[in-house]
Amino acid sequence: MKVLVAVKQVAALDEDFAIRADGKDVEADFLVRDLNEWDEYSLEEAVKIREATAAAPVEVVAVCAGPEDADEALRKCLAKGADRAVRVWDEAVGGSDAIAIARLIAAVARREKPDLIFAGAQSADHAFAATGIAVAALLEWPHAAVITHLAFTPGAASAVVRRELEGGVLHEMQIDCPAVLTIQLGINTPRYASLRSIKQAAAKPIEVLTPAELGVGPDAVGEDGSLSRVRRMYVPSVKRAQMIEGNVAEQAARLAELIRERTGGAA
Amino acid sequence: MSGILIIAEHRRGELRPVTLELVSAAQAVRRTPQERVAVAVLASDPERFIPGVSVAGVDEIITVKTAAGEFDPDVLEAAVAALIAERRPALVLVPHSIDSFGYAAALAARGGYGFATDVFQLAYDGEVLIATRGGYGQKVNVELDFPGRAVIVLALRASVFKPPEGRASPAVSSFAAPAARSRTRSREFIEAPASDDVDMTSAEFILAIGRGIGEQANVERFRELAAAAGAVLGCSRPIADAGWLPKSRQIGQSGKTASACRLYVAMGISGAIQHLAGMKHVSTIVAVNSDAAASIFSIATYGIVADIFEIADALRGHFAK
Repeated sequence: MKVLVAVKQVAALDEDFAIRADGKDVEADFLVRDLNEWDEYSLEEAVKIREATAAAPVEVVAVCAGPEDADEALRKCLAKGADRAVRVWDEAVGGSDAIAIARLIAAVARREKPDLIFAGAQSADHAFAATGIAVAALLEWPHAAVITHLAFTPGAASAVVRRELEGGVLHEMQIDCPAVLTIQLGINTPRYASLRSIKQAAAKPIEVLTPAELGVGPDAVGEDGSLSRVRRMYVPSVKRAQMIEGNVAEQAARLAELIRERTGGAA
Repeated sequence: MSGILIIAEHRRGELRPVTLELVSAAQAVRRTPQERVAVAVLASDPERFIPGVSVAGVDEIITVKTAAGEFDPDVLEAAVAALIAERRPALVLVPHSIDSFGYAAALAARGGYGFATDVFQLAYDGEVLIATRGGYGQKVNVELDFPGRAVIVLALRASVFKPPEGRASPAVSSFAAPAARSRTRSREFIEAPASDDVDMTSAEFILAIGRGIGEQANVERFRELAAAAGAVLGCSRPIADAGWLPKSRQIGQSGKTASACRLYVAMGISGAIQHLAGMKHVSTIVAVNSDAAASIFSIATYGIVADIFEIADALRGHFAK
């Protein structure tokens, strides 16, 4: 039994940042990278299946499409319980949208032949919420998105999942396996990596593959393989709150005044 | 390629209001007044939704009878793909919703359609459709185009486009959905348990806490502050996921909407788009955050950049013990 966990090295912006000269992205120097928060939950869900299965071994494989610095995200996965890590990249992958990335994840899945694939319901940076379900489409696998409960026994022909709908209502479905599930925050409580496991992860190999080695041509990734293309990225002129300045006592006094004004309370 | 096809969304027998917002978006983006706007209703009993989508701006309603009563991604994908093949619309609009998360990317990946999600602005520049969405946690805007794609599928953000006000009597036609191999079976809907006696939707003054409170032990002082100030204590997702407050206190897309709220004080909440969906309409929002770049300051009425614990302590002194 094998679970493939698709992960992303996401980027957050520094407090100050600059748009690249071509106007299509932020200068890489201003990006702070980390493992996508949603992926911590999908990795944990895979590790939980392994830990709950005594009968047969379960292998958890983390896969990421990204440049060399994405190894950091994969090391985090290894430290938190992934057995192996695979990274796919070459220069042609740059500029890929979620669908082009999905082609690479699907190609790894064809090679790894997992029984289940997990992906984050969305990424913290661009939040397309598309990669996992596109992987399923490319593999022609059943799929379900935004899952907060999973009941699955390795070897079973189906699983029971609950989708988290708007307003917090859950929709329980039975889904045929193998399947791709996109995992929502809160499905479990991701563990912290111990110092020892972080050290061990640093020594583990990360398998690096090129699209070509997976049989994915250059026209299937990058801009050519994407269903959208970035024309321009810019900082929107947003309305900004009226800032309450001063020291803490002055700020709190103004807030107390606002509360009294708006609630008519006599505090 | 011309015409705009809208896929109506419904759940448990009710049309979801975002469907009508898509009609306004379609009206606004049309290249010519002759470009037709069709709304497809895919359901086991599509006729029941005809009155609901008979609004100004809809030229045609297409009923598609499907085998699935509730959401089934395989049935939806097959039926929408067949509709696209038959009608060849230039643009297909779906809501950016939990249901579309479940099938739209599959539809686009298999059909090779142009595709973008969480779009909040769309316009043609000549013949080129430009869709705008957020990036890097909504700190930047990203304009996308779709070179070489004859059909473009966009998932539009809710509560951006105002639903049309007038009624209309569009032509109704039906479309035979192809048989689809369904690989999921709907079992039941489960309401969030009412583990708490509070009703966030009726609270007029909410003090909400987020990740900034750091640890569970700190919940109590904010609970006490809220009580002293006369506020109902709410929270953002991480607090509920951690079990520090019940899910019934969570404000946001997958929690409660602060429907009756007139004053919302957000402490240590950065302002993820999912949280904003539940409170950005509130007339007075005060955000307290130590990060001057937090997104919440872009929707707040008033902002305080400070340590939330220091503000909480100082604020406590203004209310009777």
